[in-house]
Amino acid sequence: MAHGGDGGSGRKGDERTENEDEDDEEDEENGGRDLEAWERAYADERSWEDLQEDESGLLRPIDTKTIAHAQYRRRLLQRSVHGTSRIQKGLIRYLYVVIDLSRAASETDYHPSRMSVVAKCAGTFIREFFDQNPLSHVGLVTIKDGVSQCLTELGGCPDSQIKALMGKLECSGDASLQNALDLVHGYLSQVPSYGHREVLILYSALNTCDPGDIMETIKHCKKAKIRCSIVGLSAEIYICKHLCEETGGLYAVALDESHFKELLLEYAPPPPAIAEYAIANLIKMGFPQRGAEGAISICSCHREAKIGGGHTCPRCKARVCELPLECRICGLTLVSSPHLARSYHHLFPVTPFNEVSHTLPIRLQQKLPQNCFGCQQSLISHGMLFFFHMFCIWYVHVLSNVYISV
Amino acid sequence: MNQLNQVVLIATGINTCGYIYDSGDGGPEGSDNVSEISSEILRRLEEFVCKDRKIGKGTERAMGGSLSSLLSGSLSLALCYVQKVFRSGAIHPQPRILCLQASPDGPEQYVAVMNAIFSAQRSMVPIDSCVVGVQHSAFLQQASYITGGIYLKPPQLDGLFQYLAAVFATDLHSRNFLQLPKPAGVDFRASCFCHKKTIDMGYVCSVCLSIFCQHHRKCSTCGSEFNQAPREPNSASETIRKA
Repeated sequence: MAHGGDGGSGRKGDERTENEDEDDEEDEENGGRDLEAWERAYADERSWEDLQEDESGLLRPIDTKTIAHAQYRRRLLQRSVHGTSRIQKGLIRYLYVVIDLSRAASETDYHPSRMSVVAKCAGTFIREFFDQNPLSHVGLVTIKDGVSQCLTELGGCPDSQIKALMGKLECSGDASLQNALDLVHGYLSQVPSYGHREVLILYSALNTCDPGDIMETIKHCKKAKIRCSIVGLSAEIYICKHLCEETGGLYAVALDESHFKELLLEYAPPPPAIAEYAIANLIKMGFPQRGAEGAISICSCHREAKIGGGHTCPRCKARVCELPLECRICGLTLVSSPHLARSYHHLFPVTPFNEVSHTLPIRLQQKLPQNCFGCQQSLISHGMLFFFHMFCIWYVHVLSNVYISV
Repeated sequence: MNQLNQVVLIATGINTCGYIYDSGDGGPEGSDNVSEISSEILRRLEEFVCKDRKIGKGTERAMGGSLSSLLSGSLSLALCYVQKVFRSGAIHPQPRILCLQASPDGPEQYVAVMNAIFSAQRSMVPIDSCVVGVQHSAFLQQASYITGGIYLKPPQLDGLFQYLAAVFATDLHSRNFLQLPKPAGVDFRASCFCHKKTIDMGYVCSVCLSIFCQHHRKCSTCGSEFNQAPREPNSASETIRKA
């Protein structure tokens, strides 16, 4: 009995230690998989390396703003060098955003999953898109289980698109590039001829499962003058590159979350227009007046009585709530002059300027003013402050082309 | 109404604009004495007006016509200052801009003023307007509407201080609880490029967004030819809706 008990307890002890060993081993093996996302930030990404000490010994993160701003200015300079003559831009755009919801989108290399990062960045992109292109339309399409479906139709208002993105999205199945392109081709061929037709595909998968010949589809898209651009999340794929080259779009692959957002936001400003793609046309538009404060009328968008505010269509006198919109009764495009004015900075770009180095000889320094004309801050001393005033000068230049006598 | 608040005065002339006063700059003795500060401000304003007139003498401007002040320039200066405050300070201020204007709008500044307005909207800086001139200012009406500020043309100029103190001196949070002057009929109609008259229905060039009141063969701004007959865009949009 005692033996058995001892043996039993001994065995149990052994088992326990064995279990503990196993657990330890499992922990070590599953170390990567079982860690929470916040733990991974320390284990894998070494977030403490992002901190720096400033002069007084206090911690502050690496100033990425200056680096980002330097990159932005470099890009701006490149653009202006390549296009000192004004390039015609496609201002009236009809864009479909295709989101890949195949099983590759449930990967967790982007926190918490590729699909949620894509949905969030797409929401930001749509707001920025309507900010830069108020007269354009956006629609959403998803690819799931090898089939593509239209999530929202082409619309001029960001709210319905963002509401659809925030809803429940599930990933499963394969991705099919051909089906997405066929669907988008069908919708975009109904768009008026003066509009620029574009597709932006956010592709997570590494393959495409197509029912037919995708090269034929690409030829159809090229013939229909649709400009396809792709932002990949996994790796560069030949068929995506071929599609973008054939249709005149851009292909980029994101390295991480912030790079993905940066790449996506590059598609917001209007791209240079390919001349044959859109026919110049005069579009009939209405400029409605804002209604009187106390007037009661039934609005055509919500179909309920509203008091005050709102705009009246000049052709059919229907009341609409917000602009820009297409009147539901008579189909006239209704805009207000600030919407057109928003696009003027694409038509009149900033003239390039030269940076003045802060390490100037003393005699020149004495001739220059001591304070920044824009914000009255002192220009003398370290390069950081001088960088501010580059921003000031650039800012003022952009706003009003004021001549600064420096 | 707070000791920590900061005020910056920018003067707008016909040809130039410049900083007049900055309360954050206050010297050791100047911070409490209001009369000293006001006499200093008046002196600087007079200097500014003389300088502006001198600069204006060189160029020939339309004499006798209504001259407009450089609203776009001073809005840009104000926005630069706001950006500087946002970038340098650790505290989060809620800046706003008050425009006190008497001169009429200059149509040549339209694009610049609209750019300034969109920039202010993006940085969430409301632009309040107090028009003390004879006529309403369409630019300032649009500015206040788009950025969420207050537009006011005081009916009695004798009580200007009262309007300023009661309406414009309030901070952004308290504005939700006050009955402030409501915007009455902001005119968003555009003017056509050919006759400069305001229209409520017109034709827009799809390439350069110039507005015309009648159908033309060729766009006068960008030179694009419109060789197609005016096909009604309604049929295309209806098919999209049905699909």
